Amino acid sequence: MNMNTAAYSAILVAAMSLTTILLRFLPFLVFHKKIPAYIAYLGKVLPAAIIGMLVVYCLKDVQVTVAPFGAKELIASASVVLLQLWKRNSLISILAGTVIYMLLT
Amino acid sequence: MNKNTKRTVRDAFLASVPVMAGYVVLGIGFGILMHNAGYGTLWSFAMALLIYAGSMQYVGVGLLTGGASVLTVILTTFMVNARHLFYSISMIGHYRDAGRYKPYMIFALTDETYSLLCDGKTPDGEDPNLYRFLVSLFNQSYWVTGCTLGSLIGSVLPFSTAGIEFSMTALFIATFTEQWITTKDHIPAITGLFSTLLCLIVFGRDSFLIPSMLLITAVLTVLRGRIQSEQPELVAETDLPAGEKGGAEK
Repeated sequence: MNMNTAAYSAILVAAMSLTTILLRFLPFLVFHKKIPAYIAYLGKVLPAAIIGMLVVYCLKDVQVTVAPFGAKELIASASVVLLQLWKRNSLISILAGTVIYMLLT
Repeated sequence: MNKNTKRTVRDAFLASVPVMAGYVVLGIGFGILMHNAGYGTLWSFAMALLIYAGSMQYVGVGLLTGGASVLTVILTTFMVNARHLFYSISMIGHYRDAGRYKPYMIFALTDETYSLLCDGKTPDGEDPNLYRFLVSLFNQSYWVTGCTLGSLIGSVLPFSTAGIEFSMTALFIATFTEQWITTKDHIPAITGLFSTLLCLIVFGRDSFLIPSMLLITAVLTVLRGRIQSEQPELVAETDLPAGEKGGAEK
């Protein structure tokens, strides 16, 4: 990694850090228990929507038009869903899904 | 250290044990990903120390290697971590008199720490602020240990780590499934999925994140009346990803 890449990466890490810190501190600095209704609504619905976004983000590079048509990702993803429905333990689902994917790779 | 303080350290440690396995394992996954992306141990350590938000750190690996713009990084962090606003809101009361411990406790308020402390209960006869501070500190120490360890063992593992990047996908799919089970209203989840899919098709894989976030916010804003009438409660606590069961997402 050259100096320019390292410096730019450091800026991005700082941006992630400061934005996260801002989100955690903001309510303590401004809200004092009164939450605007629109903000409260977004807080309720955004987490589920953003997780949906991140699932798509993670699978963005899957090639669905050429063989094997994303079969690896499909099998591993389905395993995660089924394990989560069955055991309700995220750690087991993640570990097993990842191992299955690695074995298929 | 007096006897009472020792007791608080012990109780805080015991309370934090359930978080240990999850943080160490997911931290190791992150460290290996960073190593494979060409970032050394100091990077993993620094990110665990300064960002301390698991999902965001996983997404961050891709943003770093893809050379994303600062604006993309800030907006993505804002959306991925927006739920922390609501953890903080619901802890304003509990953390009110935390004094010198307070800044760190707010900084370290992750999903798991929130799930351990949100009921406001602390051991009888012990300093509640020291207890909460220590639970927060123990949890971050597990995360920093995992991230650092993953980066270190990434180079010496006796088997190929090809495919380990799927751990991030698995993390989000497991969280998505768990949220689907524990909520009645699936409109937000479907909105997130299909808005992003649409933006991926329209804008391509290098520049669809910002459009996706804007579209998701717009769609959910339009649907506000509808979703609210179906789920009238507006308390921040409902955002908690199912306590220890959804415990892998932080």
